[in-house]
This record gives sequence, C-alpha cells and structure tokens, in this order.
Amino acid sequence: MTLNIRTYHELTEADRSDLPGQIGSQRRRVADRLATVRRVVAVLSGKGGVGKSFVTAGLARALARSGRATGVLDADFNGPTIPALLSLPVGRCTLHDDGIEPAVSAEGVRCFSMALLLEDGRPLAFRGPETEGHVWRETLEAAALREFLADVAWGALDELLVDLPPGVQRFQELTELLSAPPAVLAVTIPTPESRDAVRRALRAAIDLKATPLGVVENMVGGPFAGSAADDLAAEFGIPVLARVPFHPADGTWEDIVRSAL
Amino acid sequence: MKFLCVECDRQMQFEERQLPGDGTLAAAFRCPTCGRVVALLTNPMETQLVASLGVKIGGTTISPQPMETVRGMLVTGKADAFDEDRERGAGSSPIWSGEAQERLARVPGFVRGMVKRIYLDYAKDRGIAEITPAVMDTARTDLGLEGM
Repeated sequence: MTLNIRTYHELTEADRSDLPGQIGSQRRRVADRLATVRRVVAVLSGKGGVGKSFVTAGLARALARSGRATGVLDADFNGPTIPALLSLPVGRCTLHDDGIEPAVSAEGVRCFSMALLLEDGRPLAFRGPETEGHVWRETLEAAALREFLADVAWGALDELLVDLPPGVQRFQELTELLSAPPAVLAVTIPTPESRDAVRRALRAAIDLKATPLGVVENMVGGPFAGSAADDLAAEFGIPVLARVPFHPADGTWEDIVRSAL
Repeated sequence: MKFLCVECDRQMQFEERQLPGDGTLAAAFRCPTCGRVVALLTNPMETQLVASLGVKIGGTTISPQPMETVRGMLVTGKADAFDEDRERGAGSSPIWSGEAQERLARVPGFVRGMVKRIYLDYAKDRGIAEITPAVMDTARTDLGLEGM
C-alpha cells in the first residue's frame, strides 16, 4: 500500500486548534498595543556589566523631563534593575480587562519589569518539568517579552526604550515580535573586550535590518582603557553619542537626547 | 499539528482533550469518515513547550487574561503582585462551593486571582450557577490550563 502522505498546509479543513491562528492573534495583540508608540529603541550591548540599564534609566528620565512620553520595558528578566534605577514606587500592579498599568516614576516614565512581579531576592523560576528545562525556558522568556509588550497598557508614547540583557537573543526575539525592526542604541565601555562583544551584537542587529542610532561609551575616565566607541563608530559609520563618566554631570543625558533622540 | 486518516485520506477533527496526570496532555482526534479515534499523548516537556508558547491545543473559548503565560508559569512571583479586585461583564456572579473555595485557596497567591477569574468567566459563559471542583476540573481540561 502506498501511503498518500500530504503536507501540513495541504490539509485545509477547519482546525479547532488553529495554532498558527493563535500565534497570529498574539502578534496582532502586540501590534495593536504598540500602534500608539512612535518609536521603539532597543538599548543593546552584547556585553554584560557595561551599564545598559544605567544608561537606559538616565535617558528615560531625560526624555520625560523634556516633555516626551517615555516608557521603559525592562527585558532583563533574570537581573531586572530598572525599577530601582528609576526609583519607582513600590506597589501592586493594577489590572484592567485589557492590560496591566505600568508603574510610573516621579518624572513620568512608564515602566514594566519582572522586578515588579518577583518576590524580593528570589530568582526567575517557572513551573515545569525538573529536567531538560532548556527545552522550554527560553520559550517562556520569549513569551514574557511578548506579554510585556502586548499586555502592559503603555498608552501613547514617543519612545519605548527596551533595556536588553547581555547577548543578542532577546534582541532577536524583540525584532520578531515587532512589525518593524527597532532603532538600536549601543552601549559599551572603552575596552577592546567590550568593543568586540558590542561589535557582534551590532552586526546581528544590522543583519536584522535594525537602525543603529549610535554608541554611548560608559564608565569613561576610570580604570577601563581603550577606544571602543571610536572603533565601533568608524566601523559602522555611526556617531558616538556620548562619553559618560563614572559620575555623570548634570545635563549628560539631556545632551544625548538632544543629539540622538 | 494535524492528523491525517491515511486510509480515508481525510483530515481528522479535534475531539477532546484530557489531562490524565504526570504532565501528560492527551488530545483525541476523530476521522469524520470512518470514525476512528486516535489520541496524541505529549510527554511533560512537550506539554510544557506548548504551554510556553501560550497556545491551546483544541483552542479556547475565553479571552486571554493579561500576562496569562507569565502569571500562570512563574513560581517565584509575589503573592500580592496584582490588584485582582475587578469584575468583568454584566450579570450575577457564580457562587463557589466550599470545596471549590478550599481548592482555590491552595493555588499560589501570585496566580490565584487569574485562576479565579478564568473559572468565573468559564462558569458565566456557560450559565453555571455554582463552581464546584468538578466544574474546575472540566474547565481546566476544556481551556488548556496545563500549567495551572
């Protein structure tokens, strides 16, 4: 007997599960939520410990002070620090039928972070089988990113800054969820090690059609020596937006906002 | 996923789902021509992967809850993370039997509000006046609440 096996898409009868339809519905929910967001800016490095979250918070405060409606999505689910950096008030998340209200800083920055959900001092942990967690853990973190985008009532924003963890995976997930690639702001410290890691991340972002706004060099004037920002600017043809010292002077973040955002 | 009855050359139709225990998800499909039924059994990791995608085999009839996947899966969430005191829709709310209340009280605080809302919506949609453990079991199976 010859089996008449066909492809998935050749079976066209109504399917109650309609898993592609469910995925499509999830994506539409993201698009609908972000329809009132003028621009998504991914703050990316590829290197840990360079101060992405510090830069994100400083820029968000400056944007809000300049009158721009600003949101921050803390996409570092395992090490969320944005609420502390924005001095967010401690409180319960308010639920509505169609979403969750973001926390709002004194300057008016709207924020959502895993830190608002996790018990103090506890790591991010999901229910599930105790073995082979790698099979589904990244999928769950990608789902968390989707829900942070789609289910937080961001409202009308001029900029939604997305503070990414080290590496490029979360950036790739973000790009897949958005209807258009985000703008990218790269953060580095001066060292060649940081430069090399940021170079890979920037290359991955550009390969995904993202638009790099420029590079911010953080922790300048301290123990870290090198010319990472200048090297990256020359290689990618992007501006050095700022060189931020260990203790930024008043107006540092406003200067970046004026020059780049 | 789809199933093809090779003998009849017909796409099989989703029939029902069950959660028989130990993390297994069972989804039954019937051939509309010959009536043959096959059951797909997923192992716990496969069940978890489907739940992680935020999709339901067999579909669902109630609207997604805000942040449903995170709230359903996170085990280190703050018990008081959410202000859950909200009502949805018109009409009187179903009552909870004592046993159902006890069972609900055993749900971790972080997710309890959402689970309560899901069961309430399920009961309201079906005109169920009292939520009992049996209703909760049926809803859990019908709605694909593998992770809850």
